[in-house]
Amino acid sequence: MQKIEAVIQPSKLDAVKDALVEVGIEGMTILEARGHGRQKGHTEFYRGREYTVDLLPKIKLETVVPDELVEKAIQAILSAARSGKIGDGKIFVSKIDEAVRIRNDERGPSAL
Amino acid sequence: MSAMAQTPSSDQVAKLQAQIAAAQSGADNSWMLISSALVLMMTGPGLALFYGGLVRKKNVLGTMMQSFAMMAIVTVLWAFLTYSLTFDSGTSFIGGLHHIFLKGVGLNPDPDYSATIPLQTYMIYQLMFAIITPALITGAFAERMKFSAMALFLTLWSIFVYSPMAHMVWGKGGLLNASLGGRFPTLDFAGGTVVHVTSGVSALVCALYLGKRLGYPREATPPHSVVLSFIGACLLWVGWFGFNAGSALNSGTLATSAFVNTHFGAAAAALGWMAAEWIRNGKPSALGGISGAVAGLVAITPAAGFVKPMSALVIGLAAGIFCYFMVFKVKNRFGYDDSLDAFGVHGAGGTLGAILTGFFASSAINPIFKDANGNTLPSGAVDGNWHQVLNQLVGVAIAWVISIIGTLVLLRFVDLVVGLRVPREHEVEGLDLTQHGEEGYDFAS
Repeated sequence: MQKIEAVIQPSKLDAVKDALVEVGIEGMTILEARGHGRQKGHTEFYRGREYTVDLLPKIKLETVVPDELVEKAIQAILSAARSGKIGDGKIFVSKIDEAVRIRNDERGPSAL
Repeated sequence: MSAMAQTPSSDQVAKLQAQIAAAQSGADNSWMLISSALVLMMTGPGLALFYGGLVRKKNVLGTMMQSFAMMAIVTVLWAFLTYSLTFDSGTSFIGGLHHIFLKGVGLNPDPDYSATIPLQTYMIYQLMFAIITPALITGAFAERMKFSAMALFLTLWSIFVYSPMAHMVWGKGGLLNASLGGRFPTLDFAGGTVVHVTSGVSALVCALYLGKRLGYPREATPPHSVVLSFIGACLLWVGWFGFNAGSALNSGTLATSAFVNTHFGAAAAALGWMAAEWIRNGKPSALGGISGAVAGLVAITPAAGFVKPMSALVIGLAAGIFCYFMVFKVKNRFGYDDSLDAFGVHGAGGTLGAILTGFFASSAINPIFKDANGNTLPSGAVDGNWHQVLNQLVGVAIAWVISIIGTLVLLRFVDLVVGLRVPREHEVEGLDLTQHGEEGYDFAS
């Protein structure tokens, strides 16, 4: 099992979600987040005062998948979330030791 | 038999006249009661939303409560004392005490003020002006003043600044009263000097006396919701029809003039501010548009019942550009923290509007000045009466002086008695929690 964490543009959420469902991923968690990588921010003006907004709204998507689905999931996210412009986001992948379904104590990949 | 018209008896004529008077009174009274409600709507929710959206979210309720508190405090004060201090005949500078506890304020008209509506309608209509005026000041000391100090200061301000100024301009025998024989007849249709210059100038004094918010201007203090401000500003625009067109005190043609001018002034000023922003910053902002509209409404207030519609467009446009300049350039140049621009919009726009009223007042719209034989005299400079510009300057100067001195003395007093500012840690935590024990937005529940 591996955890895939993807930070993406909020406008790409629906496309990414559909792409993941398409390759057979059933569960995911979505967080509304703020952050920036190399993109930095933008400036806003309110009555003559300039504000730099460097933490921009992002969506962080988390899903834990069986090993055989990891590459498919990454490809799905890449194709759905990419615009080619700076600020498209990042994907992080890490190992997961255990998964437990709370309802019936099921363990391992079948609990996903 | 021939169908010859019978000459009506004097009884019938008298009866007919009474019916006509009752019909006119009914029409006037209904418009004035609607106007009263519209002007109250300007404070709550109009101004409360406008100001509430401009502060950070930890201060939204504290800011709204300052406007709302005026709706309660000034009302009780008005019933007990300040109506009398404002509208009893008294001296040239302040009214007397004959009407305290609303003694003698009944359902019959007082012809000196308004011949066709109950005096109580006049009283409640004027109360709504007395409510919004101190509420406007709260924009200057937003996000840092104690609720107790704010309540005490604005109560005293209503007594010692608002009542004298309103008496001088609108009260019987007032020094500046244009229609009841004042020494320097100042044209102020709906409160350019009484409401906007007094509140705006007092706001500047408050901003200077209290000092800047913690971290200003280094730390960002952007509006937490321009959406709230947007709704508030649009409610102000609508409410302003009651403020200005209602100041005709009847439902006749003068109300129409004031209504049209009010709308034209707001529209031209919104365009003026947005155009200035577009040229200088590259983008017209929503906050700029609504700020411009309010500036135009402020500037047209003294002129609303005296000028022609094309003059209203000129006054509005001038106000939009001038207030933009005051807020963008002058405030940053001098570095005072007039947090929500109460001075930049109301003080500056009110002063400009009061002076321009002297230029554009036309006797064709409102023949306010008459000679001993009842012939109409010229109103403003457009009629050839350049002297009126001087009278307007006298009115403005008195409003500035009484506001500066009154506000300084009262702030000093309140500072000694209860202290003006919240402690540093309360300012960081926000007024909502520290002053009221609440939060405007609780996303956990």
